[in-house]
Amino acid sequence: MSDKTRRDFLRLSAGGLLLAGAGPWLARLARAGELGPDALPAGTLAESRLEALPGKLPLIKKTYRPPNYETPIEYFREAFTPNEAFFVRYHLSDIPEIDPAAWRLEVGGEAATGKLSLSLADLKRDFELVELAAVCMCAGNRRGLFDPHVPGVQWGHGAMGNARWRGVRLRDVLARAGIARDALEIVFDGADRGPLPKTPDFLKSLPAWKAMDPDTLIAFEMNGAPLPRWNGAPARLVVPGWAATYWIKHLTRIEPVAKAYDGFWMKGAYRIPRRFPTVDRFLSQDTEANTPITDMVVNSLITSVEPGQAVAAGQPLPIAGMAWDGGGGVNRVDVSVDGGRSWQAAELGPDHGRYAFRPFSYMYTPQAKGGLVVLSRAANRIGQAQVFEAIPNPPGYHHNVVSRVELTVV
Amino acid sequence: MDIRNPIRAALCAALLIAPFAAAQAGEADIVLKDGSGKDRVQVHCMVCHSTDYIVMNSPFLDRKGWEATVAKMIKVMGAPIPDEDARLIVDYLVASYGKAP
Repeated sequence: MSDKTRRDFLRLSAGGLLLAGAGPWLARLARAGELGPDALPAGTLAESRLEALPGKLPLIKKTYRPPNYETPIEYFREAFTPNEAFFVRYHLSDIPEIDPAAWRLEVGGEAATGKLSLSLADLKRDFELVELAAVCMCAGNRRGLFDPHVPGVQWGHGAMGNARWRGVRLRDVLARAGIARDALEIVFDGADRGPLPKTPDFLKSLPAWKAMDPDTLIAFEMNGAPLPRWNGAPARLVVPGWAATYWIKHLTRIEPVAKAYDGFWMKGAYRIPRRFPTVDRFLSQDTEANTPITDMVVNSLITSVEPGQAVAAGQPLPIAGMAWDGGGGVNRVDVSVDGGRSWQAAELGPDHGRYAFRPFSYMYTPQAKGGLVVLSRAANRIGQAQVFEAIPNPPGYHHNVVSRVELTVV
Repeated sequence: MDIRNPIRAALCAALLIAPFAAAQAGEADIVLKDGSGKDRVQVHCMVCHSTDYIVMNSPFLDRKGWEATVAKMIKVMGAPIPDEDARLIVDYLVASYGKAP
């Protein structure tokens, strides 16, 4: 079976099972290396398996509860990541399944001049619908590749995906509710919670300027279909360019506030040292010690070949993959076929917008038999480029080391 | 690739029709190493999360690292773990899932 045939087969099988009302938990055997790179901790690889949540294809299971599932690299060969293969990431394990017809979004608070209670139908009827393509990536994507390892979910490359998000502008909803002049941040809550009353609920805030950005959305569709249950149904925040920690799923409450929100998930998590070349600042959350994560750093991933793959001498070999950044826009990807001694510009594929995956491709015909190391390095319009060594930071964020795949020419 | 092997492909197909219960069993089937304190891990840690979190984060944390993790669960996440049990849990994690000395 070819990869494509196999994917179609799995997709059809998943659909068939769901229609039949049969148990939707699926599993399949992993191919060598499919559970992640060798650089992941041994315990991570030992405990990973390909398994499917209801409505999803088999993904790389990191943890069952709360569910954390990673997208296998093969799905990043196309610019848009299928909904059924899109990664799943939760901090808290009490995740209600929401009836879209009963769902309400409450908007109001100390720095709002009015309040709203919106149904899904209200959102779709009363506001302009917009769609944009954007990468949703966990801040800790590739955390498992940091050396030395740092604790947390030990992600490989797949805690990310690119989708077309359709919904309404957050700014339009805020404007309808009415924003007070002293609004400093907007706080967001989703329906997922911790199992203990004392567990800090997963609330995040955005600076008012980012909340009012016309590209920040309340989305209810992804790639032309309603949001999957595990990706935030019935509506989630879409914060293009920024780490997925802000993309609150199962959104239930939006609260403009006049002072910096001090919940654990802002003050105590998702914070980085100031040595990253990010552009956006979240100044009301700045402290002496660190700053909140904001926009993603420029990155790329080779997806056309797999580690350890044998390739034929004398045959053209496409070295292709995806590149992305925090919204500056990728404008160059260089590829090396000699372990990094020399670099050639790859051809860039269709531009789906500055927040989306940008495909790249470089055709190379290896001649000499033996080891072949291929690398990709993306750069963007504001002069950032991928690094050769990860910038260490305690929570393991912003891993954007050049993509590297070792092959054998036979 | 392996997937082209017909036996492997047939196994994949067989696994596709695994019932819901099989994957729920998935969590129950996580095998933690035997050792003193394992029962305290099962009593306390599993209230909020599956124990694959432990295996996944191994073997690279030393005693200080596991102490910090357990302390975070108590002080930040609100896990009601008595001091004595917290000590047993840390000892178990260091012995079974700690960084090799």
